[in-house]
Amino acid sequence: MRVGVKLLLVAVAVMAAGVVIGFYVSNLTTLAGSPTYSVPVHNVDGHKVVNLELQTVAAVGPKLSPNPDWVSYLIKDQSGQWKRETVWDLPAHATVHVTIYNFDGASGLRNPYLARPQGMVGNRIMVDGKPTDAIDPNDASHTFAVPALGLILAIPGVADDAKNPCGYAPCAMSNAHRTIKFTFHTTTPGHFRWQCFVPCAAGWVYGFGGPMQTIGYMDGFLNVKA
Amino acid sequence: MAGQPSAASPPAESTSHGLRVVLAWLILSAVATPLVAIYVGPLIPPGNASTQATEQVFDNTWMLAVITPVICFLVVFFAYALLSFRAAPGGVVDGPPLRNDSRVQVLWMIATGLIVLFLAGFGTYELLQNGAGGGQGPDPIAVPSGQKFQVQVIGQQWQFTYRYPSLGGLESNQLVLPAHTYIELNVTSLDAVHSFWAYELGVKADANPGVNNVAYVQTKDPTTFHVRCAELCGLWHPYMFNNGRVVDTSQFQKWATQQEHLYASIKPFMDKSESDGGAPYSKTYFPQPDRRAG
Amino acid sequence: MSETAVAGPRTPWWRRPIGFNLLTGIVLGIAGWYVGWFGAHAISAESLEYFGDTDYNELSVYLAYLGGVIGFLVGLGFLNYPIARLRGYPPSLREKETHGWTRYFGLCTDHKVVGIQYLWGIGLFFFIGGLNAMLIRTEQLSPHSQSFPMGTYLTLVGMHGTMMMGMMTSGILGPFANYFVPIMIGARRMAFPRIEALTFWILMAAGGVLTTTIFFGGFPTGWTGYAPLQTQANPGMDNYILFFALVGVSMTLLGLNMIATILTMRAPGLTWTRLPIFVWGVLSTAVLMVLAAPVLIAVLAMGALDRTAQTSFFNAAAGGSNYLYQNLFWVFGHPEVYILALPGFAIVLELLPVFSRKPLWGYRLAVAGLLGVSLLSWFVWQHHLFVSGINGDLRPFYMLSTELISIPTGFTFLCGMMTLWRGRIRYSVPMLFCLAWFFNFLIGGLSGVFLSDVPSDVTTHGSFFSMAHFHYTIMGGLVFTFFAAIYYWVPKMTGWELHEGLAKIHFWTMFIFFNSTFAPLLAAGFLGQSRRAPVYTGNLKFLNDWVSISAYLLGISMLIFLFNLVWSLAFVKKPAEANPWASRSIEFQLPSPVPVHNFDRIPVFSSDPYGYGEGPAPSYVVPAGAPAGRD
Repeated sequence: MRVGVKLLLVAVAVMAAGVVIGFYVSNLTTLAGSPTYSVPVHNVDGHKVVNLELQTVAAVGPKLSPNPDWVSYLIKDQSGQWKRETVWDLPAHATVHVTIYNFDGASGLRNPYLARPQGMVGNRIMVDGKPTDAIDPNDASHTFAVPALGLILAIPGVADDAKNPCGYAPCAMSNAHRTIKFTFHTTTPGHFRWQCFVPCAAGWVYGFGGPMQTIGYMDGFLNVKA
Repeated sequence: MAGQPSAASPPAESTSHGLRVVLAWLILSAVATPLVAIYVGPLIPPGNASTQATEQVFDNTWMLAVITPVICFLVVFFAYALLSFRAAPGGVVDGPPLRNDSRVQVLWMIATGLIVLFLAGFGTYELLQNGAGGGQGPDPIAVPSGQKFQVQVIGQQWQFTYRYPSLGGLESNQLVLPAHTYIELNVTSLDAVHSFWAYELGVKADANPGVNNVAYVQTKDPTTFHVRCAELCGLWHPYMFNNGRVVDTSQFQKWATQQEHLYASIKPFMDKSESDGGAPYSKTYFPQPDRRAG
Repeated sequence: MSETAVAGPRTPWWRRPIGFNLLTGIVLGIAGWYVGWFGAHAISAESLEYFGDTDYNELSVYLAYLGGVIGFLVGLGFLNYPIARLRGYPPSLREKETHGWTRYFGLCTDHKVVGIQYLWGIGLFFFIGGLNAMLIRTEQLSPHSQSFPMGTYLTLVGMHGTMMMGMMTSGILGPFANYFVPIMIGARRMAFPRIEALTFWILMAAGGVLTTTIFFGGFPTGWTGYAPLQTQANPGMDNYILFFALVGVSMTLLGLNMIATILTMRAPGLTWTRLPIFVWGVLSTAVLMVLAAPVLIAVLAMGALDRTAQTSFFNAAAGGSNYLYQNLFWVFGHPEVYILALPGFAIVLELLPVFSRKPLWGYRLAVAGLLGVSLLSWFVWQHHLFVSGINGDLRPFYMLSTELISIPTGFTFLCGMMTLWRGRIRYSVPMLFCLAWFFNFLIGGLSGVFLSDVPSDVTTHGSFFSMAHFHYTIMGGLVFTFFAAIYYWVPKMTGWELHEGLAKIHFWTMFIFFNSTFAPLLAAGFLGQSRRAPVYTGNLKFLNDWVSISAYLLGISMLIFLFNLVWSLAFVKKPAEANPWASRSIEFQLPSPVPVHNFDRIPVFSSDPYGYGEGPAPSYVVPAGAPAGRD
């Protein structure tokens, strides 16, 4: 085989390897991740305020995920659309008002202690308009927890016999739901992971597989930026 | 190509090489070992925040001191051999046909055997005193005498929570320990295998589901320490950390009162039986297997 | 036996790929994959309730890959001989041994071809594992998760470790033992030539199974696959389970073949005390392979059952125990790391006499060391479980046994060092890699002494100290000797020389950057950095950045090696002399590359191959009138 032909073969092989490696790496950077959503910041009396509107659903549906039966958190963006993005940019030293609409039924907590809300203002949450400082752990449907900020709360579930339960997400306010509100403060900048603590991944051992271990469903990040 | 057979080297040549190596080694070890033991050893983590941590540093210093002459010997030997026994440039020439010397073999076996047995014995002695901060399982054999303050560490995916039986079984997501006290840590897990690693305290005990892993640590002066998970337990394993504090008794009482206040609202639920969804204090937990949405 | 290709009418190019070869293998493999996938869906999709909840059908992943592997092997032609025998055809030992360059892309029973196939196959997966390592170090540039999503990072860590462990287990036995053990013992083949080819292709199929784990979500457990995390993982975990099971099968068969060959096929005069030390090393490794790999297969089978059939071997809430997994895994896992280390010892002891021009010093002690390590490796596994909550009474015993295993390891050091003593040392590239072995394995071994001491282990278990320890012993030990063997034997295997200047650059860059990468990690471990975590305290950022840059440079040194390989073997093609190192070992008395039938006549051995300085007489004489020797 002539040298020129050999050189060509080697060059082709190197380029092919480069392309394959490039695909591999770029695939990996997006595998099992989530796009970032920048939550809009309002200025109230020189103080930064952020409103987070979240929804937890029993089945995320084929439009939002290749795994239609997985549970998930959804966030409402400025145009009113519900998106399945769990990495949020928040400002530092800000007040964050959170509203969570839960459309999922109860499944109970593995560690009932996590039903005691703490880390938010007043160490209590508003459940359907009533202030609560402890949820019955058997009623817990999901939790929202940011362990590094000491923030933990359990979200009570929709009754099993409720009318008009939601099927696939996104769920509408006409479906049976519970409303939870609370406020917490961000302090220093940093990356704070958040997760759900209710073992709600049906079918997996201990209920912690699948959506419970995948960013973009029941896990995410708070990117607190200065 | 086989080389020409070389003339038998006079035994004196071998002895003089050997003497030079031994002499250089003795000098180097005599200088290096005390320096290492005095200056490097005490710098080895994890430090002095607890009795166990201090013991570990002591143990590491001794091991380093024993290992230093070994390293010195190998350094001297190789430096000498690789420089002195280079082949002369030119054709390939064979060396002397030395196949064995049983005196060297016996000496080596005795020396390595003694070093190994000493290290094993020394480590065992350190270990059997009080467990050296490591998890000993549900039936520990190295139990320090005296009163021990019990703290339970519960590993779960993906956070540690802590329960204090002496405070009515109250649970908290903060680890606060009283200073100058012997602590008995009961480490368990609710799901996967985690590992409770309190770095500055020199404590590591795996958290296994359904098993109580006991470790002992004696705190010293008030300090803060890092707790992290040391066994891969899933997605957030790398983020499974928190800071712990060792505080003096009055601070500890203040903290305990504050936690009791927080715990009060969830206490009625916690005190129910496990089948009702509660979690009374126990050495191990088996949360209901049907705790997942159907 | 003629060594040239069978002459005949030239087959047209479009007819050449028809037949049983790699192409057919891939085609039938893909077909088998789909048969398994749809078959499992049809049978079980609706019957197991949890499939509906999870949207995953684990059973179909297993059956699909099993179907794929079986299809692959059938396509390569492994069923041809059994079927032919069933139909009454006479037995034969040889297949496609003289077919030209295409024999490397299919089933070939020539042990030399299998050796070269192994070299390229393992090399390919070594580079894939190395790429994953570069990505891991990229993530570690920052103290929090930034380049890859968390789940992906854990998969990268798992893929890197699993790929390396699975592939490098056969890293020396596969290429070099397959090629040279028959030659060194004076045989023309291995005991089971088809099984030898099978071990290679199973390993390649396994590699394919593991690389496709990313399409199934990867796996979060790292290479140790601890249950019960294993039980709750995504279907990518099944790829890991199947990969290791296939590797286990390959290892068992490889070890079996080696033992049978060495025990039964030694040429006349080759007594146990004249056996090259490399063959002793292969034998002690093969024994470990045969005994340890089946334990791995068993524990993985249990894991697979836990994941699919909802058994509870490892589920504490249902009566099982995670300790069962840990113990069974490490009963395999510890001998496994000696399977990795022993061939390294063997290579160093084999090469040192050649480059010091002295006999191997303390031959019997060296053999005792190899066999001693092999034996003792069964008694130390619980040192991986010191703080797991095992019974406290066990810990002093395992501390002692783990410390004790450093004694037979020390024999290897002594024999190597005394071989150098008063020699005439030439610093050729293979020798440089062997000398680097001493340096690296010393650091690895001494860090192991710290880890074997329980009080010290309390801080370092599960930290980067532990990780740096095994990288020093495995990469510093095995991989350096892997390259020593390549530079030593590739001229013999291919007939072409490797460029020495490039080789020296490769050596020095690899040695310097390897140490620059892993020495700081010993410190990082003691400073509290946890393994498998891209999150660490801010004060360790400088250390991690230094390590990452060194790792990139280490990767570049590997590229230098790759360049040398391609440059020398494809472009320059300078013919190598038959005996470039002036070795007395039998393989260097043969032409380069070694002819298909190895020897014209079976040699008769009269001494070991280490007679440097003892006279010019060769150690293998074929007396006049000796029979030509049968297969």
